[in-house]
Amino acid sequence: MYKVKVYVTLKESVLDPQGSAVKNSLHSLSYNEVEDVRIGKYMELTVKHTENLDQRIKEICEKLLANTVIEDYTYEIEEGVAQ
Amino acid sequence: MKFAVIVFPGSNCDVDMYHAIKDELGEEAVYVRYDEQNLANYDAILLPGGFSYGDYLRGGAIARFAPIMPEVIKAAEAGKPVLGVCNGFQILLEAGLLPGAMKRNKNLKFMCRPVTLRVQNNETMFTSAYENGEEITVPIAHGEGNYYCDEDTLAQLKKDNRIAFSYADNPNGSVEDIAGIVNEEGNVLGMMPHPERAVDELLGSADGLKLFKSILRNWRESHVTHA
Repeated sequence: MYKVKVYVTLKESVLDPQGSAVKNSLHSLSYNEVEDVRIGKYMELTVKHTENLDQRIKEICEKLLANTVIEDYTYEIEEGVAQ
Repeated sequence: MKFAVIVFPGSNCDVDMYHAIKDELGEEAVYVRYDEQNLANYDAILLPGGFSYGDYLRGGAIARFAPIMPEVIKAAEAGKPVLGVCNGFQILLEAGLLPGAMKRNKNLKFMCRPVTLRVQNNETMFTSAYENGEEITVPIAHGEGNYYCDEDTLAQLKKDNRIAFSYADNPNGSVEDIAGIVNEEGNVLGMMPHPERAVDELLGSADGLKLFKSILRNWRESHVTHA
């Protein structure tokens, strides 16, 4: 078994209204060192051993988990999840 | 003319859409479930608003893979009118039938109120009953209607005159004040405002009815038997 951790965020070129609101809130709490906030999604997939795992995960991300018109994704594959 | 109103789990404007067609336009409307797989008998396809599949992941992201969707795509490719309103628009974007994507509204609020739209192109099969530049009142009801596309796509939309409706006073941050766009062939329209909720003065506006009348008129014109 593998644990796949998928991170989806809005592309750098796309304004993030939620991120802006959180950044403004942090500034009002005096955390002025925070220059930017990007809100994203984190997903954990538990995946059985399969051929072409990397390719399959890429497909999954591009087909469903991320909308590549506005979002970027990254993922990490961890081996040997305890049952 | 026979309209299919696609009902996804979580659709909630399907009844309004049905009412607009049946009672106001006076044509035949049929509810078609998301898990059916045949739209051959319909002349036009309507994707209503709502929260299909709970809007989980992204609005329209899961509905886009519903069993009925290959048929919707087939109907679009065959040149039948396909209209997606609100969540229906999001589904058309996710399905790739229209370009771009939706983001959260700029002010992060769910907004539900009448807005003024401007008809940008009255030469589509959805807008021909309007005047060019006509201002109409149609309600919006969405939290994710902030239309986004990249600069190249926007330039293409403008060049091909594919922006059907724009907001007179942009409520959600959409690029170029876009409220509705058509595909390259002009037979697929996606829009965030709800024309089906503006089909009778009792509802506050009847301005949306002309959209359905346009579809009907164009369909009749293309089905005239030439003597």
